Amino acid sequence: MNADSANGPRGDLPAAIEVKNIVKRYGTFEAVKGVSFSVQDGEIFGLLGPNGAGKSTLIRMMTTLVPITEGQAIIAGHNVSKEPDEVRGMIGVIPQALTSDPDLTVEENLNIYAKLYGVGKAERIRNIADVLEAVDLVKWRGAQVKTLSGGMRRRVEIARGLVHNPKIFFLDEPTTGLDPVSRIAVWEMLDNLRKTRHLTMLLTTHYMEEADKLCDRIAIVDHGTLVALGTPVELKRGVPGANVVEVHFDRETPEWKGRLEGLDGVTSVQAESAGFYRVLTSSGSKTTMQLVELAASLGETLTSLSVQNTTLDDVFVHYTGRQLRDEQVKPEKFKMPPRPGEQS
Amino acid sequence: MNRMFAIIEREMRKFFRSPTLMIMSLMMPILQLLIMGNAFGGKIVGARVAVVDYDHGPEAVKIREGFDAIAVNIKTFKTVEYTDENLAREDVRTGRIDGAVIIPVQYSRRVYAQEEPRLGFVVDNSDLFTSGTLESEMQALVTALTSPIIQPRLANTIALEIVELYPYVNYMKFLLPACVALAMYISVMIGGGMLYIDDKARGVHEGYLVTPITRLELVFGMNIAGAIKAVLSGICLTVIGSLMAGLGVIFNPWADLEILCLIVATSIAFNGMMFLMMVRVDDPLVPRAMFGVLNLLLFYPSGAMYPITAFPAWLRALSIVDPFTYCVHGFKSVLLKDGGFVAIRFDLLFLFVFGIGTLLCATPLFKRTL
Repeated sequence: MNADSANGPRGDLPAAIEVKNIVKRYGTFEAVKGVSFSVQDGEIFGLLGPNGAGKSTLIRMMTTLVPITEGQAIIAGHNVSKEPDEVRGMIGVIPQALTSDPDLTVEENLNIYAKLYGVGKAERIRNIADVLEAVDLVKWRGAQVKTLSGGMRRRVEIARGLVHNPKIFFLDEPTTGLDPVSRIAVWEMLDNLRKTRHLTMLLTTHYMEEADKLCDRIAIVDHGTLVALGTPVELKRGVPGANVVEVHFDRETPEWKGRLEGLDGVTSVQAESAGFYRVLTSSGSKTTMQLVELAASLGETLTSLSVQNTTLDDVFVHYTGRQLRDEQVKPEKFKMPPRPGEQS
Repeated sequence: MNRMFAIIEREMRKFFRSPTLMIMSLMMPILQLLIMGNAFGGKIVGARVAVVDYDHGPEAVKIREGFDAIAVNIKTFKTVEYTDENLAREDVRTGRIDGAVIIPVQYSRRVYAQEEPRLGFVVDNSDLFTSGTLESEMQALVTALTSPIIQPRLANTIALEIVELYPYVNYMKFLLPACVALAMYISVMIGGGMLYIDDKARGVHEGYLVTPITRLELVFGMNIAGAIKAVLSGICLTVIGSLMAGLGVIFNPWADLEILCLIVATSIAFNGMMFLMMVRVDDPLVPRAMFGVLNLLLFYPSGAMYPITAFPAWLRALSIVDPFTYCVHGFKSVLLKDGGFVAIRFDLLFLFVFGIGTLLCATPLFKRTL
């Protein structure tokens, strides 16, 4: 990770979020271990990581929900530990769970949260109209939240987080549980919001495509530490091999892996299943040609062959490995099961 | 301050959007008043008592006339003719009849000869209430038969003149103060306990905690909302219960003011107590599990069902710190005795101090972070 990446792509702009050696300990367990990064004003910053990596703890520390054990977080110029109320007034937070009140209407939910943020009456009316317009829920303003679909409820959450005109927006897995169409709608909405409201956004996500499309820069967190930070392009470039060739042979032989590794430009070979390999290479076209020639010379049949550029999935796997994680990093509090029809 | 009102607004909107919750919090106390009030308040009527008459003399006829008078007037029991004493005793044992009177041979002669005449009365003393009622009826009958026909010119026995201060209090009226307290307890338990923990578990509090609301605004907002719900439950139950039990005191505006003060004080006390118990709880099962235990622990030692003076010392000690005790006492003083503010001033003082004290203890325990 280089200094430019850690400070953001536009080092001349003020940092909206500045996290310095932040640590969170639960007893002897260290959930976040000295993470540092900064997010520039107007930037969309993504936090990626496997389950239990410490993303949610990081976001909770920055949003004043969890006390910081060591280090400091400066949000919009205010120290989270020393000036939590100033920070709360500057930020909008969309938590992982859908927490808008299902019995209340969309407008009532927004109205109550605007009051909680201390927004005056005239401004409140104006802001509610604006955010409803922004999330395309004007005609649903009088509907009880429990009657809305999962995607619409997520839009209510986004509107709720914006009702007091925050400068910085924190989103914890904003599209989890949504169908692909709703997910794309949320991405477009967030992109529009950034442009129209000049918002700085920090989001956590499991979806690499989401991070790739939305984020200016991405930080990969694993085991409570920052393992990579950069723009999507930089991160992809950082993974050995510019292309991925996926090849499926008719039959499996023990020699295939060695033969593939011996081809020019190949940096690594991953065996996915019997006869199926993912080959990371510096030149996709060259390796493809060599593969076809090799198969022909050995009299073997290729069932399928595809070439693609390195994706964030490859970056993610490269930095975090492939093993499954124990998700429980500390004793979980009891969580209420979702109501029927509610997104989990 | 506006933030606190936002919390209250949210809670009240939710409350009125869930009529089921409101109805269910009133249902149990109303049913208790209706069923227990009628089941426990009545007198024994229509019990069956066997008469085994081995005498058939004039004095035996007098007794039977007395039985007929009871069967026609107070209707506590009616008689059934038996000829065999053993069969009658067996039928009392098996529950076919409730008692048996044995008029022995030579009973009339013994009465006239003043040779200690005796009547036998077999009762099923496993049912204390029925056997006690039958015994007292029989005792009254025997006393009447024994008293001289011509009364002496000067009464030489001590007479006890009983003065009842209040009109007849049937069991339903007696039960009403307890049911009002119970309605408020259920409202606080559901509205202040269960919903509070459910909201916490669903992440609603997380939404509050990222806003600039202060700890005090949040605690007072939630508690005032809980107290308002309990006040509404208390008012509903007092009005409905008074009409059911036939208590006209609710039409007296001064008494209404006293009732309102008691309801408000009780709501604050119950809510403060509940908040103190729930402030660090995260598991939604806890308030549900505590519901019955707390009900038992607070309701019965309060004197709602049985006088506190009859309790052993340890139970009396529990009743002293139990807010139910003061709530029930206060409501009895107003609803049944119309005792005025003088009668409830200590109850009001205890309930207000208890409520504010528990709330002050709970506030620092409330975590402003997750």
